[in-house]
Amino acid sequence: MTSTEEATKLFSRPESLTRLPFAYCPGCGHGVIHRLIADVIDELGIAGKIVAVTSIGCSVRMWQHFTYDMCQALHGRAPAVATGLRRALPSDRVIFTYQGDGDLAAIGTAETVHAAARGENITVLFVNNAVYGATGGQLAPTTILGQKTASTPYGRDPALAGYPIRVCELLSSLDGVSYLARVGIFDASSVAQARRAVKKAFKSQMEGKGFSLVEFLASCPTNLHLKPVEAAQWVKERMTSFFPLGEFKQGKKE
Amino acid sequence: MSPQRELVEGNEAIAEAAIRANCRFFFGYPITPQTEILEYMAKRLPQVGGFFLQAESEIAAISMLQGVACTGARVMTATSSPGISLMQEGISCLASMQLPCVIVNVTRASPGLGRIPPAQSDYFQATKRGHGDFNVIVLAPASVQEMADLTMLAFDLADEYRNPVMILTDGMLGEMMETMVWSERQPRNFTKDWALGGAEGRERRLLVSAPLTDRELIELNVELNKKYKEVAARERRWEEFYLADAEAVVVAFGTTSRISLEAVDEARKRGIKAGMIRPITLWPFPDLPFKNSCPKAKVFLSVEMNNGQMVEDVRLAVCGGAPVHFYGQGGGWVPSSLVIEEEIEKLAGAI
Repeated sequence: MTSTEEATKLFSRPESLTRLPFAYCPGCGHGVIHRLIADVIDELGIAGKIVAVTSIGCSVRMWQHFTYDMCQALHGRAPAVATGLRRALPSDRVIFTYQGDGDLAAIGTAETVHAAARGENITVLFVNNAVYGATGGQLAPTTILGQKTASTPYGRDPALAGYPIRVCELLSSLDGVSYLARVGIFDASSVAQARRAVKKAFKSQMEGKGFSLVEFLASCPTNLHLKPVEAAQWVKERMTSFFPLGEFKQGKKE
Repeated sequence: MSPQRELVEGNEAIAEAAIRANCRFFFGYPITPQTEILEYMAKRLPQVGGFFLQAESEIAAISMLQGVACTGARVMTATSSPGISLMQEGISCLASMQLPCVIVNVTRASPGLGRIPPAQSDYFQATKRGHGDFNVIVLAPASVQEMADLTMLAFDLADEYRNPVMILTDGMLGEMMETMVWSERQPRNFTKDWALGGAEGRERRLLVSAPLTDRELIELNVELNKKYKEVAARERRWEEFYLADAEAVVVAFGTTSRISLEAVDEARKRGIKAGMIRPITLWPFPDLPFKNSCPKAKVFLSVEMNNGQMVEDVRLAVCGGAPVHFYGQGGGWVPSSLVIEEEIEKLAGAI
């Protein structure tokens, strides 16, 4: 027996990711998050049961990277599309949406809140990077106070542009919600924690418990005008002070 | 034994016809004068193993339709004019993804919030559509019987062409009761090898509205345009009256076609050679009878409860062959047969 045969494979590309390399900017959160999702789905053995809804932004073409049945939604409407899928498909199908901060917490706030209030048995994977990435770094509903963006060139002033929305805290009062977590992906331990949260969210859906959401604090170095490592540091230090990490809900109110 | 006639309300005829066409999903938002459809579905769908949901908005409702349509199941929504404005982005999206669904517009008088009397002011909104180059098949019933029959047809057309189909009607037809006979028509079955439901045991499927490249978007437009031309060639529907000898031809759909037909009949009693074309499909517009069925026509009169919308399509169909006049008013005005008859007499007198 050679040493090669004894080796245990600890890390490989998830099978439900296609071979296509990611085309996201260096330091962008999408690649890591895509990988985490595929990894968890492979572990749970549900790739053939997934129907996913993508939305508008840099991840609009994310269907190229996954092997699941997928459809696109209009800007902000992914939870409504997922509602239609959920009600029409057998209960063992697993449905997730993938949405950015502008999509979920600005133009699609109503769809988010009402899908959560109805306890739609879907999983929302929410990427909060505090800017509109695809359109060039404008104010997002989650842009933090003082943060300069293309449309708040002097920094976000609450007197002009109000305050950032804390989505997990906002949704935590709704009885239809079964699982809510905010995670980071800025270092190894936060990535491991993020993976656990994604798994809990999917399992919650598979047990029919209702609406689940994982909010990823992600970095957009291009629009923060920072180097990838600096951007990750900015998320870890600045964003987490506005958006504390943690689990906000585990288990539906009876 | 002759089939049993039933007294049915127009809106309820649409809702029950949808059930009989195997529609098992409905999403909508309350708005007068379509609310009876929503309430009927809320009561009836659970009885047949279907699913009803009152959405948080028309914007959400149309995207919920998209979700169901992606699975291949039959799905419907109903709303009224401002609600269609809110749904237009979604309708464009459904058309781009070639998803079948049925959308009912029980038109109210506008613009803006407007009021709830009947109107035909959404002709443009239905036939000239929202953003981008796409078409929705538009059916315009003129009786409670047709509310039912055209709704059943709508689901088959939607599946056959993988395209949204709109029923364009108004509160007059929606809220009146007439006797009708339920059709024996059986819903057609379609193979939906594009529907989503999990990729287990097959190639994965995608339904996208934003192609990867500019070239692919042009290719999608070419494909859609080819389909629309096929629909236009095959699905033009209309009803014609007295066209063989008609010199003054009235054109009217829905509510105004009922009133106009009375006026045409009265005019003929007075010796005026009047006739009528009633478009049943508003898109594709039935241009054939203008070209083929009225050899004696010297003048056309489009009668509409709006400020002049279908008259543009009438002019295109007549194509300079005869003068085309408009008689109508937007904002909730409903003509009597007497005033239409006067218009016919005026035009016939000038021939």
